[in-house]
Amino acid sequence: MFSPEAIANLMIALKVMGLGMLSIFIVMLVLIGVVALLTRVNIGGKKDAE
Amino acid sequence: MDFLLSGVMAITPAQIVMYLIGGLLIYLAIVKDFEPALLMPMGFGAILVNLPLSGAIDQVMEGIGETHGIIQWLFETTIEASEALPILLFIGIGAMIDFGPLLSNPKMMIFGAAAQFGIFFTVALACLFGFDLKDAASIGIIGAADGPTAIMVSQIFRSKYMGAIAVAAYSYMALVPIVQPAAIKLVTTKKERMIRMPYNPKSVSKTTRILFPVIVTLVAGLVAPMSVALVGFLMFGNLLRECGCLDSLSKTAQNEFANIITLLLGITISFSMRAEQFVTWETLLIMVLGLVAFVMDSVGGVLVAKVMNLFVKEKVNPMVGAAGISAFPMSARVIQKMAVAEDPENHLLMQAVGANVSGQIGSVIAGGVILNLIPMFIK
Repeated sequence: MFSPEAIANLMIALKVMGLGMLSIFIVMLVLIGVVALLTRVNIGGKKDAE
Repeated sequence: MDFLLSGVMAITPAQIVMYLIGGLLIYLAIVKDFEPALLMPMGFGAILVNLPLSGAIDQVMEGIGETHGIIQWLFETTIEASEALPILLFIGIGAMIDFGPLLSNPKMMIFGAAAQFGIFFTVALACLFGFDLKDAASIGIIGAADGPTAIMVSQIFRSKYMGAIAVAAYSYMALVPIVQPAAIKLVTTKKERMIRMPYNPKSVSKTTRILFPVIVTLVAGLVAPMSVALVGFLMFGNLLRECGCLDSLSKTAQNEFANIITLLLGITISFSMRAEQFVTWETLLIMVLGLVAFVMDSVGGVLVAKVMNLFVKEKVNPMVGAAGISAFPMSARVIQKMAVAEDPENHLLMQAVGANVSGQIGSVIAGGVILNLIPMFIK
């Protein structure tokens, strides 16, 4: 624990954390936008029971 | 008569530990109903592969040479060579998921992202404990709360801890009703847990239901190409369900197909539970780190819900954020139970189900993102 190699890996892991969470949020935000758009446009007009 | 005792004489203390672990997994599966479909085959398989000179794995026999064992063959062909079993299971999972509650309330997808925080937190923590980056990433993915994703990522990274990772992932998924309430109470007040969320679902068109799996695959695939196998097969299963013209295939995927794959996956993964690999201090550490991953997933979801509440007019009950993990439908049920315990009139089930199914998407994307990012940093 706390060896120089572990600290170096920790720094990389923190970068992965930042980039990873950012990527997942971007995908989810794009999907929210697309679903909102589909709901607004309501292509086809056929709605199910829900 | 010596040959009758050769097996008994060859038993090692580590193998005895594995028989106990196998017995414990079988007990948890049968008596406690903890993920029985996976833990029972894994427990029994753990005993099979740890019998001295077990014919279930490859052996070199005097006078014959090498013999091939069925569990080792299954592992090498369906997991090691192709990751086929965990990926194929996603077709069945996708066919089982109804994204309706999510599509009628899409902002719940935020929590499907937020509740993946535990994965990355645990990767960092595992690095601090001295695991190399690939092993740390494989351990962190326990926080995806998604067995097949954990198995696939740890296999692609060739982690020697795959057995412990699979056991941790499935055990903690079964322990969600115990782990999540404690984690949620740690970071919420009673007042916050009593926040009501009116449920006004918007109707969802058939076209939206059909387009959704295709769009998710395209978006996730473009951002994290390594997630295509996971997301793609999950969404392919969902498209079978929603297209309306393949009901027979959809039902087969949900039932017979998923059952056969689950059965094989459990017994096959037990190959990674051989005593020499499994009975180590690292296994204990991985079990602890897995628990941390689940706790931090819940904390991440709750904290993002709290931040959202600073900006939105209609407040979100922070507990719903914790439902953004992939353990479906257990996590949604836990949130509903907690909400009703605080206020018998407060029903959050449908909102929690929305967050919970988005966690299914979030976890496979997280798996793909990890597979994309880690190799970028390995020299």
